[in-house]
Amino acid sequence: MDNATIVAVVSIITAGATIVLGTMLPAYGEMKALIKALESITQQPDASNVLSRNLFVGLAMIESLAIYCLVISIVLIFTNPFWNFMTTAGGK
Amino acid sequence: MEINPDNMQLFSIGIIKINATIFYTWIVMALLTVVSAVITSRLSTGAKIPRWQGALEVIVSFVSGQIRQVTGQDPRPYTAFLGTLGIFILVCNLMEVVPLYHPPTSSLSTTAALAVSVFFAVPVFGIMKNGLWAHVKSYFQPTFFMLPFHIISEISRTVSLAVRLFGNIMSESLMVGVFLSIVPLFVPLAMQAFGLVIGVVQAYIFFTLATVYIGSSVSVHGE
Repeated sequence: MDNATIVAVVSIITAGATIVLGTMLPAYGEMKALIKALESITQQPDASNVLSRNLFVGLAMIESLAIYCLVISIVLIFTNPFWNFMTTAGGK
Repeated sequence: MEINPDNMQLFSIGIIKINATIFYTWIVMALLTVVSAVITSRLSTGAKIPRWQGALEVIVSFVSGQIRQVTGQDPRPYTAFLGTLGIFILVCNLMEVVPLYHPPTSSLSTTAALAVSVFFAVPVFGIMKNGLWAHVKSYFQPTFFMLPFHIISEISRTVSLAVRLFGNIMSESLMVGVFLSIVPLFVPLAMQAFGLVIGVVQAYIFFTLATVYIGSSVSVHGE
């Protein structure tokens, strides 16, 4: 394999692994937060405003980790800087 | 596939190149300004108010109600800044259904600018409320050694504000593009509808997080 092929293979595999791990683990965290919030809302419906706002803020915090992974895998697939380096004069 | 509206050059004025981000930001700004100016040009305080004035009053009272709930303080000093942020992001995201429109929030430049303005607004509002000395002292709570951690948290939350909004909106428009090339009928429509929900939720989250940051800055620390 020449260098460009290695870069392509590694980029594709890394993009897939990034999106898998980066959605799996934040989804687990969001599941726990959502379960607790729904339990609390059914126990105390009066506090549902405060609870759902805090739930949104917390979910946004967890979600941003997944978004980091999404951005990295999108960069690896669509605008890969290493691939561009390899296919232009620099890598030859 | 072009995923960055910064690289789409529409036209140029002299030597200044106008890309899609700047152009559509101007469109959203003009839309908000003109609509607000037209509505507020004839306000009335009588029993019968114009219909559009009612709409604006609903928006303003929602924003100030949210700020009052989160910060527990008088919302008037913060309503203008936070409400502008929220409404601007909301309109940017919702205009995605207009053909040929690229949301400015799908460019990292726009979201980074918005996040940096929140970054500077937090100490400004804190100093305006509590005075310079109390605000500087809040960085040394509970002990002196917490200063680096306060600074790291301010910077990292600014980065996460910017990347969260950018990632959500950019990935949504990218997803619509990918589905358009795979299944051109009906499925992109559902993705667009889902994108509207994402846009509203992200605008609300940006607004709420900015409110939380400013609220934690203006409330008195560790007294």
